[in-house]
Amino acid sequence: MTRYAVRRAVELLIVFLGVTLIIYLMVFALPGDPIRSLGGDRPLPDNVVAELRSRYHLDEPVLQQYLRYIGGLFQGDLGTNFSGQSVAGRMESRWPVTITLALTAWGIQVVLGVLLGLFAGLRRGRAGDRLVLAGTILATSIPVFVVAVTTQLVLGVRLGWFPVAGTSEGWPTAYLLPAVVIAVFGLASVTRVMRGSVVDTLQSDFVRSLRARGLRERRVVGVHVLRNSAIPVLTLLALDLGFLLGGTVVVEGVFNLPGVGQLLFQAIRAHEGPTVVGVSTALIIIFLLTNLVVDLLSSVLDPRIRHE
Amino acid sequence: MTTEPTPAPARAATAAAEPAPVLSLRDLTVTFRVDRGTPDVHAVRGVSFDLHAGEVLAVVGESGSGKSVSSLAVLGLLPGTARVSGSARLGDLELVGLDDRALSDVRGRRVAMIFQDPSNALDPVFTIGFQLRETLRRHLPGLSRADARARAVELLRMVELPDPEDRLAFYPHQLSGGQAQRVMIAMALACDPEVLIADEPTTALDVTVQAEVLDVLRRLRARTSAAIVLITHDMGVVADLADRVVVMRHGEVVETADVADLFDAPAADYTRTLLSAVPRIGADERPSAADAAERPALNVEHLVVEYRNRRGRVVRAVDDVTLRVQPGEMVALVGESGSGKSTLGRCALGLAPLTSGTVEVVGTRLGRDTPRAVRAARTRIGVVFQNPAASLNPRYTVGESVGEPLRVHAGLRRGALAARVAELLDGVELPAAWASRYPHELSGGQRQRVSIARAIALDPELLIADEPTSALDVSVQATVLELFRSIQQRLRFACLFISHDLAVVDELADRVAVMHRGRLVEVGERSRVLRAPEHDYTRRLLDAAPVPDPAAQAERRAVRAAV
Repeated sequence: MTRYAVRRAVELLIVFLGVTLIIYLMVFALPGDPIRSLGGDRPLPDNVVAELRSRYHLDEPVLQQYLRYIGGLFQGDLGTNFSGQSVAGRMESRWPVTITLALTAWGIQVVLGVLLGLFAGLRRGRAGDRLVLAGTILATSIPVFVVAVTTQLVLGVRLGWFPVAGTSEGWPTAYLLPAVVIAVFGLASVTRVMRGSVVDTLQSDFVRSLRARGLRERRVVGVHVLRNSAIPVLTLLALDLGFLLGGTVVVEGVFNLPGVGQLLFQAIRAHEGPTVVGVSTALIIIFLLTNLVVDLLSSVLDPRIRHE
Repeated sequence: MTTEPTPAPARAATAAAEPAPVLSLRDLTVTFRVDRGTPDVHAVRGVSFDLHAGEVLAVVGESGSGKSVSSLAVLGLLPGTARVSGSARLGDLELVGLDDRALSDVRGRRVAMIFQDPSNALDPVFTIGFQLRETLRRHLPGLSRADARARAVELLRMVELPDPEDRLAFYPHQLSGGQAQRVMIAMALACDPEVLIADEPTTALDVTVQAEVLDVLRRLRARTSAAIVLITHDMGVVADLADRVVVMRHGEVVETADVADLFDAPAADYTRTLLSAVPRIGADERPSAADAAERPALNVEHLVVEYRNRRGRVVRAVDDVTLRVQPGEMVALVGESGSGKSTLGRCALGLAPLTSGTVEVVGTRLGRDTPRAVRAARTRIGVVFQNPAASLNPRYTVGESVGEPLRVHAGLRRGALAARVAELLDGVELPAAWASRYPHELSGGQRQRVSIARAIALDPELLIADEPTSALDVSVQATVLELFRSIQQRLRFACLFISHDLAVVDELADRVAVMHRGRLVEVGERSRVLRAPEHDYTRRLLDAAPVPDPAAQAERRAVRAAV
């Protein structure tokens, strides 16, 4: 078990270094000069540009810049943007918004996805199952921004059930609608995977054996089928959490929620390299950590992984 | 709560005044609804038999005979498309038509069941202790935690699982197949059932493991009150364990008889056919077509194959094996699962990594000659696998499957191709018109004939057959083996025949090679190895396989017990 955790941690470190390097290089390759654009319409004098360049180490080779940046990361420094503000500081006020939004959406996926999948799997081929499957196809085929704008218009503006934008009303009212919007897409795949997993498990020999031992159907499904079916779903849910944390950009825009996604969007537009890299890095760390936690959790659920 | 075990099993034949049966089936019929428009499938038709206390009743039949379906119907474990009628009385309780809730009180408590594949019969994510306690507490709700645990240990001890206290914390994947089946038996006996239904309980196990599990079942008879329904296709197992036998075919009971009578004087024609189809050791001497002077078709010298398993540990699958197959010769490679026999077969095809040693097939040295030469050599080797349902492309017709090597390697087209395919199908005794059929339209035996036709399409020098008849019913197996032998004699190819069944090997092979844990423990002439084995393991293998003769089997058992 410890060996497993150590191996996973090493893998995680390698992925982390690779992904941050790619993002760093990508931001570096963005067209336009970030220093010159600081001056807006008026061109900056050359000596000022040179001074700023060396202050932010932009005159060094890109790999050296990257190493300097990683060095800072390990000391807890996510870097500073070209206006001298620390990236960590800019994100601080925004994290709670994004995390609340993502976790609310994720919670909806976990509860609804597992329940709908279980429901459909147990009723395979019947009307309820078909209805759920049709729903998942519908959910995956509509683009997120369409769902976002439509629900905002209908449920927010026309009916007035939910606030149209902003976070002033706090959790859960202000977050519920945007959370449902971003949850819908992932919810469909969680439901389908869970359904397939339940169908497979129900056909396995051991379920027949459990029934042959006289266990009540409620126990067979609630204890044995549920746990066995949850193992593949868990991996998907972990990936989804990362996706939700990073993929809130559109929804934060539509519902005007001051989260990290919005910050990232603004930073990309303003060519603020350090902010882009800093926010992305933070998102990657969260993504990798949730995956690690979920993998460890699935090894708790599945002894075969534990003993590998 | 628990019933006292009744002493000494009462043999049905000797009981003068028959007591009331424990379980009594009358006119049991099971139909499956298939599709609207198609008529229902009758899986079981009017089956009647009685099961008496303390007896072992074998229900014998080939696949599709309805032997398993009738038992599953008794417990209400069939899918929703099944309709059950007739009567199944357990004591004074009618089971047919009972609602699921009431049935679930009977399952595991009064009638318990074990199934064929023990490694998949336990929930992989819970310990066996958890699953044992769960079963106990379902039916004996008053049982405390400590008592349930104590009873679980006692049960594991009863099925002779070593270190029962420690084993409670084991997960199913940490047990071998034989151990898992013992745990299943322990769970089935947990609540002292009146009836234990064992559905092919040893079919998925190796012979030596099967012998151990059969021993456990046999000794349990004296210690539990349960009457046993033993569902099996294996006449050896019947001879070993059963008191009475019900023979089924096409969903109907063909014959019910005492075990000794059934083997001595079978009444029904079908029973006679079934018994004569069972391969037995003791085939006559026959000339070998082997040509010792020619270059061997397969020459393996000091072969070692090692794999790295998932933990990074090196596993030696084949350990210093030297073996030759001459043209026209049939060499049987015998061993249990994990013995390395299939790995050796894969080596000959160049499909397994060679760690050291040499493999020379049809004159080409693997690993030394160019990949091109090795590929060319492969066209002169035919292969037949165990499961034709999996080795034939389901989207190819029979003609396309058989004709594929001819098209690719011999360059045959249209008329010539069709003629050759027809000739090949004729050679395996299938109508040439079947070339347009798909595999799912054929039976298991017919599919295997197609596989054989494909394997001999290019007139191979060497044929590798990996358990070609293990998935077939005995009566089908008999005809396929006969065909196989006549083809081999006609075409005179060298053959490496991989099998776990010594009786099958006796009917086919010229020489026999026995593998055990990667090593070749004994090689020699068929009659010498099977009648006067030199190695201890070969002897054990021969002793473990039950023979289809109750008297002889009882004798063998006594001898084995004495050793």
